[in-house]
Amino acid sequence: MKRYSALALLKAGLTGQRGWEQAWRDPEPKKSYDIIIIGGGGHGLATAYYLAKVHGLRNIAVLEKGWIGGGNTGRNTTIVRSNYRQKPLHDLFDFALDLWEGMSDALNFNVMFSPRGALFLGHSDGDMTVLAQRGDALRCDGIDADLLTRAQVQKLVPLLDMAPDARFPIHGGLIQRRGGTARHDAVAWGYARAADALGVDVIQKCEVTGFAMTGGRVSGVATTRGPIAAGRVGICVAGNSGPVAAFAGLQLPIEAQTLQAFVTEPVKPMIDTVIMSQSLHCYISQSDKGGIVLGGDPDQFPSYAQRGLPPRIEKAAAEAIALVPALSRLRMVRCWAGTTDMSFDGSPILSALPVDGLYLNGGWCYGGFKATPASGWCYAHVLATGDTHPLAAPFAFDRFARGATIDEAGVGVLPQLR
Amino acid sequence: MLQIGCPFCGARAQSEFSYERTLDSIVTLEMPANEAVRRLYARANPRGFDEELWRHAFGCRQWLVLHRHRQTHEIASVAAFDPAHR
Amino acid sequence: MSGPSRLPGGPEPTLRFTFDGVPLRGRVGDTLAAALLANGIGLVARSFKYHRPRGILSAGVEEPNALVTVGEGERREPNTRATDVYVYDGLVAHSQNRWPSLAFDLGAVNGLAARFLTAGFYYKTFFGPPSRWLLYERFIRRAAGLGKAPAEPDPDPYEHRSAFCDVLVVGGGPAGIAATRAAVQAGERVLVVEQDLAVREAIDEARVLTRTTASGVWDHGFVTLVQRLVEPGQPPAPGQPAQRLWHVRAGRVVLATGAIERPLTFAWNDRPGVMLSQAVRRYIERFKVLPGQRVVIATNNDDAYATADAIAAAGGSVVAILDSRAEKSAVARIAAHPVHTNAFPISTSGKRHHLRSVEADIGGERTRFEADLLAVSGGFTPVVHLHSQAGGALDWDEAIQAFVPGASRQAVSSVGAAAGDLPPVGIAVADLPDPKASFIDFQNDVTAADIDLAWAEGYRSVEHLKRYTTLGMATDQGKTSNMAALARLASVAGVTIPQAGLTTFRAPFTPVTLGALAGADGGGHAAPNRRLALYDRHQRLAPIWQPLGLWHRPRAYPVAGETLHQAALREARAVRTAAGIVDVSTLAKFAVVGPDAAALLESVCATGVAKLAVGRGRYTFLLREDGMVMDDGTVWRLEENRYLLTSSTGGADRMEAHLSYAHRVLAPHLRVSVVAQQEHFAGIALAGPLAKAILAELTGIAPPAHMGLAQAEIAGVAVLILAASYSGERAFELYAVASDAGAVWDAVEAATRARGGAPYGLEALEFLRIEKGHIVIGAEADGRTTPHDLQLERMLRKSGGFIGAAGLTRPALSAPDRLQLVGLTSETPIPEGAMLVTATGEPVLGHVTSAAGRVLGEGAVALGLLAGGRLRTGERLLATSPTRNQSAHVTVTAPLFYDAEGTRYRDGD
Repeated sequence: MKRYSALALLKAGLTGQRGWEQAWRDPEPKKSYDIIIIGGGGHGLATAYYLAKVHGLRNIAVLEKGWIGGGNTGRNTTIVRSNYRQKPLHDLFDFALDLWEGMSDALNFNVMFSPRGALFLGHSDGDMTVLAQRGDALRCDGIDADLLTRAQVQKLVPLLDMAPDARFPIHGGLIQRRGGTARHDAVAWGYARAADALGVDVIQKCEVTGFAMTGGRVSGVATTRGPIAAGRVGICVAGNSGPVAAFAGLQLPIEAQTLQAFVTEPVKPMIDTVIMSQSLHCYISQSDKGGIVLGGDPDQFPSYAQRGLPPRIEKAAAEAIALVPALSRLRMVRCWAGTTDMSFDGSPILSALPVDGLYLNGGWCYGGFKATPASGWCYAHVLATGDTHPLAAPFAFDRFARGATIDEAGVGVLPQLR
Repeated sequence: MLQIGCPFCGARAQSEFSYERTLDSIVTLEMPANEAVRRLYARANPRGFDEELWRHAFGCRQWLVLHRHRQTHEIASVAAFDPAHR
Repeated sequence: MSGPSRLPGGPEPTLRFTFDGVPLRGRVGDTLAAALLANGIGLVARSFKYHRPRGILSAGVEEPNALVTVGEGERREPNTRATDVYVYDGLVAHSQNRWPSLAFDLGAVNGLAARFLTAGFYYKTFFGPPSRWLLYERFIRRAAGLGKAPAEPDPDPYEHRSAFCDVLVVGGGPAGIAATRAAVQAGERVLVVEQDLAVREAIDEARVLTRTTASGVWDHGFVTLVQRLVEPGQPPAPGQPAQRLWHVRAGRVVLATGAIERPLTFAWNDRPGVMLSQAVRRYIERFKVLPGQRVVIATNNDDAYATADAIAAAGGSVVAILDSRAEKSAVARIAAHPVHTNAFPISTSGKRHHLRSVEADIGGERTRFEADLLAVSGGFTPVVHLHSQAGGALDWDEAIQAFVPGASRQAVSSVGAAAGDLPPVGIAVADLPDPKASFIDFQNDVTAADIDLAWAEGYRSVEHLKRYTTLGMATDQGKTSNMAALARLASVAGVTIPQAGLTTFRAPFTPVTLGALAGADGGGHAAPNRRLALYDRHQRLAPIWQPLGLWHRPRAYPVAGETLHQAALREARAVRTAAGIVDVSTLAKFAVVGPDAAALLESVCATGVAKLAVGRGRYTFLLREDGMVMDDGTVWRLEENRYLLTSSTGGADRMEAHLSYAHRVLAPHLRVSVVAQQEHFAGIALAGPLAKAILAELTGIAPPAHMGLAQAEIAGVAVLILAASYSGERAFELYAVASDAGAVWDAVEAATRARGGAPYGLEALEFLRIEKGHIVIGAEADGRTTPHDLQLERMLRKSGGFIGAAGLTRPALSAPDRLQLVGLTSETPIPEGAMLVTATGEPVLGHVTSAAGRVLGEGAVALGLLAGGRLRTGERLLATSPTRNQSAHVTVTAPLFYDAEGTRYRDGD
């Protein structure tokens, strides 16, 4: 792998951009691999990288039915944070945050991780107490969280509507300063390039159509590019977890649901922090290009259509304007809809499945991007060793039957309530 | 924004309805506990047709069964819920 | 003379507008672009990355270059296409993304470093710790962005409307009008939408919306439209919105959306003075503006010849027609202009940001033409966006070298140019001697060389290419760049264009303001305010209001400069020592009536219900299917087959759906009806040692015993009296029909005050219920706790048969180290929400769910959830809140701090 650096850019500029190599090869699938990862999104590629980097395994393939990073990593609201209330979640996401901080250097690919702060607004004393509780839980576990007063929030986001009689008055907030944003595409490309350089085969346009079973154990996959044998197979397909698991006759505690987000035309800097709310589902940030990135409620019914309900966009716009009135004249230039993998407690599933040799990394609902490096790390661990990484132990597949669910929102089974 | 043909109210916009769950995940009180738990936490979740329980929450408030394709959103049929469906 | 100008003749330009402070005039009907050209202004903007000078490329919404800020102050709309705003008197426009001025922009220095700032360069550098990236970002972000958002709130109203039609025709040009006429004749209800000021021809029986764009096609014929009632920066007429968002349900959709002309790719093709050929024609014929005097035309199809004729007719001079085709077509042969076949533009040169000459390759020989306008036509691309959004397939049409609508998923059809009815094009494409200077995406400054580089680096799918280079991701969404990009990708990859692929088309077709999306829900109406029936009564007492979901309830009624805490403590003490009244109207209430009412209640309530005697009530709680406590409240047997269920305010909607599900889906054979009555009845709780006497006086009846009920009248209003106590004192909940409840409140308030009591709010209620260990949905019952966790297991109905019983059997739900309800006491205030640890730095064992000071007496009490808490009574812990810098040493106790025997509400009768 030719190293990227400012010097390399300088040289390339002086020599007419000659000398750049392909970021990743385009290999033909081999007949067999030690481990196959199904799904070439951020999580799957991160898994492949850590399998190679941390566990020294090279005989690995990532099979992607389309082009890598074509799902969430191809278009998301880029938020990275670890400030969840439930300990198993904040421990996992904070491990991710540690890895985010060194990711660009480790991968030699600038993923533009920007710790510009992830701020939750509180709109009442009640909200502030809930935020304080969350902050206390985080601080007691060594994770940064600070309560901000109204004045401090105003200083951070001057364009917020601070009127005391606003519909969503600002009482203060909880900020994680280490949180922020990252460039979604770069994460997929960075992991792919680094994994490829370590010998992993990243195979695009290769759709898994079934599993090969030998003696009750998964022994490989059937694909659109022929059968491939494998010692272990890890499903890592986000919104497609259900259909892929069905190839092994499995039903999951997961339902696919659409989530939309949208971005405005680029404008000069106006919002420096990621803004979320304790009471509202709307979230707002500004990308480096200048577009304001917004999201809101999920569509709340099962769908793989990647086409959303207009009222969700409209409500997100309304809430965003209520918080930051200056947004009203900015124009949405693009909206998109993705398929989220809604688990029945809102937390990921990262474990072996009840079919030997088959593993699942899914159920990330709408919070998977921020966990990318930790998800990859822990999945690599179980695929490589057969043992569950301690941070992934709470996210076992059988926790639903046992009653050990991890429900951050406290709403139970039905995903549309989340 | 689907258009759903409520058998009682006629064709109405999706925003009047709320999705509940799939028919095969309805858990009755008569079911043994382990069967109930299994049904609660397992879904086919197909990228195709499924039988879904919806409610016309902002209309007649009746429970309906939609035979609906989850990728194309084609609605093949809408019927009032009947316990025989379960 | 050179450059753009208005043609002589025609009406005086009467509209006054300014551009970068310079006063100018335009004619009614001019777009800003036309008016600028008429005034000889060809330089209007700067590109995103290299700050290259930009002029006007097109005459439509596909414009990538001429982005200006229109309007001032709170009405400022940045990134407005000058081709898509009609001049009005007083219009103020400014160029963007340049400093200090449009003509001399320091940002252009980026262009000098262009060779280093190729596509994706930022992925290859800026390494180091994240703090360093934050530093780089500050400069990057300042350089990025085009226009500047206003700082003030939007003063204008927006509106949403619905419409229904049999046929929605998108586009009011000839094809659209023909389709409209046919549909009208067939008796269909037709709605026609047109982006421009007018449709080609009015048709009376059809409804027409102009200045309206079909923004997105969704499911089942649902289409969103955006209608402009005024131009950007213009105030709307009084009582009118600035824009309307329409939600249309159409039986079928006809797309007469036309086609967008393609520019050509060659060196320095981004210079002001290079324009699309049909746009030149439109400026001449419609706006009477000649965009240049000496014109070179470069084309691969016949359409541009009409432009040549228009230029000549307007008095301009067509210096050359560069036709890339090998042979002259029939139109070319009779053209009265110098036509060169096998001819391609190679590069342009300019002076002071304007075109001065065009270098051409004619059959292998280089020739230079002096020109101030280069009109280009690379063919036409049907506007298939909405067809594609609706799930339609795209086919490749070799003759016109474009994607045309294929099989349609929904009832969506295309006509006219949108369907591919377009002039065939010559396929030959020139080599690019200078790909670094040949622009594909004009707004984002993406060149052919960037595409070559992306290919070399392996970003080969069109989606990767787009994301790596940012082409097609500017405000024009690639309308004038997608095909050129695909052509370059195909050429570099050695495949055909259809093999190279195509990206997804997504809404909106053209950018839509957030204000229009929000409609009337923007600016504070995003969530309705649910007001209490007794609002006026409370407002008279100037309470501190507390939001609870969409409701607002009085939190306290401070008098004479009291703080919230002082008021709440006074009110709570009054309840403990005399009496108080609190508005409990928001509690969910359900009438459950019928011979099987008890059976339905027992299916949802985890406690006993069936054995309740008539005239009695009891506390109850309900579980989710997974066994967690979902809600709690009381159930009362008013008559043999008539029950009343009350439950939490916040869970009212959930409870209504839950009861319906339990009945209609799980037990439809039950003979019972459930009616939600949350808003029908207002509720007033009268509590305190004097409550019974007050109530007796008001009603003239003997008040019911604790957990009994009675019907009476207060101030002539029928009242249902339920003797329940949340506060721990003798108490009565009084329910009256909401519209009549004011008189009840007045009477009860007066009687209470006369005895030294007072109204109390939610804060005091919290103090009172915490002392009694009453859990609250959302605090102790946080959706993750079972009845056993909350010390409610003794109330579980042993016969089972309730929702949640199955979920409760799961093994982890009886683990001994689960978070369990405990009481906590301390001498100092206990911070609510604090974590419970043995000592600072030790693992978290639980948290404080609710905390208050003792109402009578000293010290603090709290409820909490503590791992294995049931067995930890007597332990000393630390309640710590690092975020608030507060802590308290606490002792674990039973969750009950006041009147453990419950003597306060049994008065011995």
